[in-house]
Formats: sequence, C-alpha cells, structure tokens
Amino acid sequence: MATVTLGGKDVEIDEDGFIQDPNEWNEDVALDLAKTEGVEEMGEDHWKLVHYLRDYYLKFGIAPMIRKLCKENGFSLKYVYEMFPSGPAKGACKVAGLPKPTGCV
Amino acid sequence: MAKRDTPMLDELLKGPYPSFVKELYKVQERKPMVQDLLGQLEDSYEERIGHWKHGGIVGVMGYGGGVIGRYSDLQDKYPNVAHFHTMRVNQPAAWFYTSDILRKIADIWEKHGSGLTNMHGSTGDMVLLGTTTDELEPTFQALAKEGFDLGGSGSVLRTPSCCVGPARCEWACYDTLKLCYDFTQEYQDELHRPFFPYKFKFKFSGCPNDCVASIARSDMSIIGTWKDDIQIDQAAVAEYAKAGMDIQADVIDICPSKCMKYDGEGIEVDNHECVHCMHCINVMPKALAPGKERGATILLGAKAPIMDGALLASVLVPFIDLNDPDEVEDLHELIGNIWDFWGEHGKNRERIGELIQRVGMSTFLEAIGLEPEPEMISAPRDNPYIFFKEEEDEEEEE
Repeated sequence: MATVTLGGKDVEIDEDGFIQDPNEWNEDVALDLAKTEGVEEMGEDHWKLVHYLRDYYLKFGIAPMIRKLCKENGFSLKYVYEMFPSGPAKGACKVAGLPKPTGCV
Repeated sequence: MAKRDTPMLDELLKGPYPSFVKELYKVQERKPMVQDLLGQLEDSYEERIGHWKHGGIVGVMGYGGGVIGRYSDLQDKYPNVAHFHTMRVNQPAAWFYTSDILRKIADIWEKHGSGLTNMHGSTGDMVLLGTTTDELEPTFQALAKEGFDLGGSGSVLRTPSCCVGPARCEWACYDTLKLCYDFTQEYQDELHRPFFPYKFKFKFSGCPNDCVASIARSDMSIIGTWKDDIQIDQAAVAEYAKAGMDIQADVIDICPSKCMKYDGEGIEVDNHECVHCMHCINVMPKALAPGKERGATILLGAKAPIMDGALLASVLVPFIDLNDPDEVEDLHELIGNIWDFWGEHGKNRERIGELIQRVGMSTFLEAIGLEPEPEMISAPRDNPYIFFKEEEDEEEEE
C-alpha cells in the first residue's frame, strides 16, 4: 500500500493505483487520477460518467455492469474507451474513486 | 544472487514425467524473477497456502482484457515477483507457427518478461507468464509489430480456438481455421472490450471427434458433421480384414446405435440410425469417411464448474452449411440475438448455459427467434422440455 499526493493531499492507493477510501475523493483527486490513466482532459462527458459511477457506488456499494453504464448514460462502449483509453473498469472507476472492481480472469 | 534452496520442489524432478520445475531451474540462472518465483512456490508448498493475491486490474491502452494481474503477498521477501502478470496472446488458427516467429516471441518475452511461457493454455492462447506493470505496454507494442494481438480475459469473448481442421485432417467437415479467423476478425470489439455478463467462448471442431473438446468447453460449440451417407470403400474394407482386423468385434459390435452390418465381404450402414460417433471412421480411416454433404452443428451452453456445476452444450442449430454466406450471416444474426438476450437478462457472472437453465429453453428460444426442433432434445418423445405454445393457447381458449 503506497501513499501518493493527489489533488494536493496525501491519499492511500493500492498497487493498481485505486484509492482506498472513497471518502478521500473529490474532483481535484479525480483530475490527478485521470492523468495516470491517459486521460488528457476531463470534458463534460468524462465528468458525467465519473459522477454516475460514484453515485451508483455510494448507493449500491458496487460498480454497475458495463452494459447498464452505457445504456443509462447513452454512451457507446467505443466512446467510453475513447474517453478512458484504459477502459471503464480500470480507467473510469479509478478516476471516480471506486475501490478496485473485482473480476474473474 | 545465489540459487534458492528448494527441497520440496526438487522432489518434483524425481518422477518419470517432465516437470515444470525442471524448466524453471533452467531459467533461474539468468532471471531473478524466476528465482523468487521458485522461492515463493517452495514457501507455498511448506505452508500449504498460495501467495498470489486475488485479482488486480492491469492492462494495455484501448483494451479491457488480455492481461491478468498477479501480485505476490510476500513482496518484501520476494521483490522480483511483486508483479507477475500474465499476458494472453491470440494464437494463430490451429496453432500453426514458423520456428522463426516462435523465436521472435521468445525473444520479446525474454526481454520484457520472465521468459516463461505456457504453450498453450487451455484457453488456446499463448500464455506469457510473469511481467511487471511497466512492461505491459512495451510488450504489447513489440508483439503487435510481429503481427500478434492480445487474447481475451475477463467478461469478454475469449480468444476463439479451433482444431487443425482441413489443414491436416481429412475428416474436417468445414474449414475450421477460416471460420475461427473470420470470427476473430468479426468480433474484435467483443474480444478486447468487456461488455458481457461473463465470459463467452467459441470453439470450432471440424468433425464429431471434437478435438478441441468444444462441446464441454465453449459456450458456443461449432462441430462439423454431414447430412448424407458415410462413404464406404469396400475394397479397403477387405484390405483391413485381410490385414487381420476383427471388423465384427472392433467396429460393428461397438457401434452405439447398432446401425452397421458386416457379412464377411462388405460393410453396410443404415445411415438413418447413425449418430455420427466417428468410431468406425476412426478405426478404418482408409475404408470409411464422413459423407459428402458437409456442414456443422451449432451447440450452446457448455461451461466448466468455476461457478456452479459443469454443463455440456446442447444442440441449437442441427445443420448449417458454412459454405453458404447467407447461412453464415444468419448465424451471426443469431449470435447477436443471443448476446442481446444474455446482456439484458443475464446476472453478473452468469454463463449463457446457466441463463438458459434459469429461464427455460422455450423462453430462451422465443427470445432469440428460433423455432424448437426435435434435434434439440437428446431423446425425442422422452421427457421433452419444450412446451408448444399454440397448444397451450388453444387450451386457454377452450
């Protein structure tokens, strides 16, 4: 477990760079996380997706399934990858301050 | 760095069979990563506990799959395996390589990773074992330069895989290599960017011998078959008899549907009763061959027992002519319908076979727009699981 400076404060991250405490998240933290995931500029749709993910997580305690994410925001999967080149799970969820999504190989 | 003392792993060298440990020992001289791997494995054997953490999300830009994150939970003791990610590389159809390209892949992995490979994993991919997060993107670029792409991992279409097909086998009822390649190209998005509730696998076998075990290991299994009669060369049958084969005992009596006769001179097959088990053709390849009107059967729903129990695939489309572009187009449309229904109604980590079990075959068929057919049932007229709706409706009207 490492501590890095994100958005001007010290935040604990895991080895994949996901922040550990969702309460530490704010938009400045998100901006710094976005840089680590190859996102050059956070546009309107970036924020829309990030806030959607965070709100969903705070409400349900898990990340939404990708199909649901695309449908409810009106984004194609291709567009999600254009915004977050490392993908919705690794990229968008990380920027939104969610803990690492678990998955199966 | 001194070689590690690994007495328990040494035991694995003593048996009559080849051991992965022998290969690891060969590499450890030049790879500190492999020394630490051996050290951690020895610890695991002593303590009877695995030391890889669960999960990890790593990848390359633009893709959501293809890399499986591995981290050690003994990073202080074994810093060289703190990261030990696996990369899946899409294999060529039926695993045809030149020695030149194999050397290039080996060189890439020697430079960017542990040098250890698994040729091939049960997924069918080339599996490159052990590298660090920093090396993922450079490895991906180096592989791409040689014409290789990553395979599938996570909730994606997994790397399609096929048997050797007509490249080396006279029993192939369709061109498995071509179809596998075409599917890989057609579904690049689904392969690299997770959009499914869980994994989905295509496997292509050229005949009912099913050499890639598609019926047990793939969600959609495409198995070559024929419609007409088994081809018989009676002169070759006589040759087998002359050479001492007991045709009655070794072929006729073993036929599961008892559809064959041998009168001492020639073989007769009642083709309507034949279940295409391939036994007779396998035993007498010079005398018997699959028919001339060839195509494939599409089966759906197999899975291994990771979540819940194992399932075998069952017939979805009894026969498709894969040389007819219209029929292939129909198949793609059917696949689209299946994925839509699964995406809409599948639970997280529910395979297509489990979804069919949950909602019932008749609901599923109606949703994907396919008529029930007798071939979908293993024993027609015996415990069928399709209820015909029109009859139900009529009863209600009455």
